[in-house]
Amino acid sequence: MKAIGRSFKPLFAAAAALGMLSGAAEARDFTIASWGGTYQEAQRDVYFTPFSQESGTAFLEDVYLGGWAQFQAMQDTGQIPWDVVQVETSELVRGCEEGVFVQLDWSRLLPREDMLPDAVTDCGVGNLVWSVVIAYNADTISKAPASLADFWDTKTWPGKRGMRKGPKLNLEYALLADGVAPADIYKVLNTPEGVDRAFAKLDEVKPLVQWWEAGAQAPEWLAAGDVELSVAYNGRITNAQKEGKNLQMIWDGTVYAIDSWAIIEGAPNQDAAYAFVKFVTDPGRQAAFTKAYAYGPTHKEGVAMVDPERAKSLPAGDNLATGLFGGSQEAIDFWVDYQEELTERWNRWVAQN
Amino acid sequence: MIAPAGTAGEGPAGPADRSLEAKLRRAERRRSLKAFLLVAPLLLFIVVVFAGPILSLLYFSVDDPKLAEVLPRTAQTVAAWDGAELPGEDAYATLVEEIRSAYADRTVAAAAMRLNYEISGFRSMVMRTGRKLRRIAGPPYKDALIGLDERWGDIAYWRAVKASAGPYTTRYLLAAVDLQRQWDGSIGTAPPERTIYIEYLQRTFWISFWVLACCIAIGYPMAFLIATSGKRWSRFLLVLVLLPFWTSLLVRTAAWVVLLQNKGIINDFLLYGDIIDEPLTLIFNRTGVYIAMVHILLPFMVLPLYAVMRNIPASQMRAAASLGAKPLASFLSVYLPQTLPGLGAGCILVFILALGFYITPALIGGASDQMLSYLIAEFATRTGNWGMASAIAILLLLSVAALYPIYRGLVRGGSFRLT
Repeated sequence: MKAIGRSFKPLFAAAAALGMLSGAAEARDFTIASWGGTYQEAQRDVYFTPFSQESGTAFLEDVYLGGWAQFQAMQDTGQIPWDVVQVETSELVRGCEEGVFVQLDWSRLLPREDMLPDAVTDCGVGNLVWSVVIAYNADTISKAPASLADFWDTKTWPGKRGMRKGPKLNLEYALLADGVAPADIYKVLNTPEGVDRAFAKLDEVKPLVQWWEAGAQAPEWLAAGDVELSVAYNGRITNAQKEGKNLQMIWDGTVYAIDSWAIIEGAPNQDAAYAFVKFVTDPGRQAAFTKAYAYGPTHKEGVAMVDPERAKSLPAGDNLATGLFGGSQEAIDFWVDYQEELTERWNRWVAQN
Repeated sequence: MIAPAGTAGEGPAGPADRSLEAKLRRAERRRSLKAFLLVAPLLLFIVVVFAGPILSLLYFSVDDPKLAEVLPRTAQTVAAWDGAELPGEDAYATLVEEIRSAYADRTVAAAAMRLNYEISGFRSMVMRTGRKLRRIAGPPYKDALIGLDERWGDIAYWRAVKASAGPYTTRYLLAAVDLQRQWDGSIGTAPPERTIYIEYLQRTFWISFWVLACCIAIGYPMAFLIATSGKRWSRFLLVLVLLPFWTSLLVRTAAWVVLLQNKGIINDFLLYGDIIDEPLTLIFNRTGVYIAMVHILLPFMVLPLYAVMRNIPASQMRAAASLGAKPLASFLSVYLPQTLPGLGAGCILVFILALGFYITPALIGGASDQMLSYLIAEFATRTGNWGMASAIAILLLLSVAALYPIYRGLVRGGSFRLT
């Protein structure tokens, strides 16, 4: 039953055909797509609504679910429901190569050198730095871990561990814990021996791992005592702290990446889209956003404007000293190339005892 | 149905007969037209939402147009090439020219993605080649291209180009059953670390089988109880079956998460009652998946069984007893055979629905409890590989279709039929 439901493509085509019949080709309001939930609510308060008031542009919102399906549908049907979208770097690079996103005219935005170098690409303007960290429940843990290697120390911490389902991130973590320098991770992973080495390292903790799929699960499990240590998004841990839970994180061996705004090729409101992207790149606003959500700014001045106390819990500055940048060109190339093959291998590996 | 009129026409018929015949025929035609118009919306509905998606599914699993669209002359060249030795200078020259223009138009990525399905790493190799091509000024292109990336001198990559030349391919369908086509056209097994699909299919059947077994074990006595108890009781019990049946699948799955988790209601209760010392692991493993799936699918077993059991007079069992049959014998020879049609219908409903489960194992199961639908979702939403998603969907569809003869066998002779 669900197998049939999965065949969206003809449905999209049918919907597109119906859309044309009903004359849906007429102009629509400026439409913003982001990640939904409390995150998009924070964005609405800090970015969307002020932009609308200042520029007099009415806007609509939609939710992007991650992955490639929604862009595939745009390519297949030619219907462009959004003007701007916030995407992860892997989709940004692929969308740029396949012509889904506009190659930006930076003269309409801001000088490239005002931004962190990693936040500047042909098709996207980096908006925030997010990261994945090792977290624990300070109320119940026997001894606070101090480094990524501790995640593999099953003698001192014999409890369960939460990790993200899938090969991405876990292979990197395994090699970092095995002593590979952050700069060499993807060089090592690009060899068959490197991948074998990463899986072998994961074997050491595999019996203790409980795999999470949604970012919200990691803090829940830590708070409930289901796992002793967990890989988690830093923003989720900060949010849990706000709710009064005593969850802590360590920054050693963090993997961080950048989410960017991209403009969709063929979208009707290109001028508004440029104005929007420029508006959300304002350093003051980015600094204000860090108060609502614990993600780092991408504008150099924005980084300087953040309250020093707050900066301690952000993926910025010293916190990233031993970290791995998961949004580099070589990281993206590696994952777009090997995603399917390694997911197959991972699925096989995880089912073996 | 117009045969009588036809035979009348052959005889020595007068004009009156003929006009009667014509009238009859017209009336017949009008009637069948009316009948057709009445069912036309249904027909249209079936074509649009059932036949259409299945046909397009079949089509997407073999459709392979990308390379030929983006690099048309290269596709022609490699299609004519025998694949025994590296192609000549001409093929390289065509490739360089076509990648150059496709890279400038930002269309080359789609072809590169397709090539990556053959050999992981091919995508970035093509994109990198595209970026560096301006370094190649003129012939000989073969040496220049191999100079840019020595893999262009590896025949395996050229065979991958040949395998992607389209317009149709069997690679997705073969991959869905852990096979692959070698460059010489023979079919072999896929490399061991990529053979997961048959295992997933087996697991899907295994989980569905146990869910079915539990549904029979719980559902049969339950339906019997509902069918044989007094009116008020049976109504109450029926509501208990129907109430969860009317609740959304997602809501029930989420409710099971709350119940089963380590600090969930069930574990709290058992700990509080000193029945256990350590919380039981009921979630993110197979146990949790079975519990939730059996609960969700139980009504599909109980309702058809109840429908047949309600019509079996209680006097029959008494008659069997009065004729000297022991309870077990009278159950086996009198009661059970009459419930078989309902049991068959229940089994087929539960088993087929179980095969397609996605959200319940995804939320309640661990990484090794996922079923085929999980892979379909992975390909359709994350990587956008429609070919693979369609091929696995077909695998699932065919395994459902293969069950149909079994179902026919189960209900043969019964009065209750699903179809």
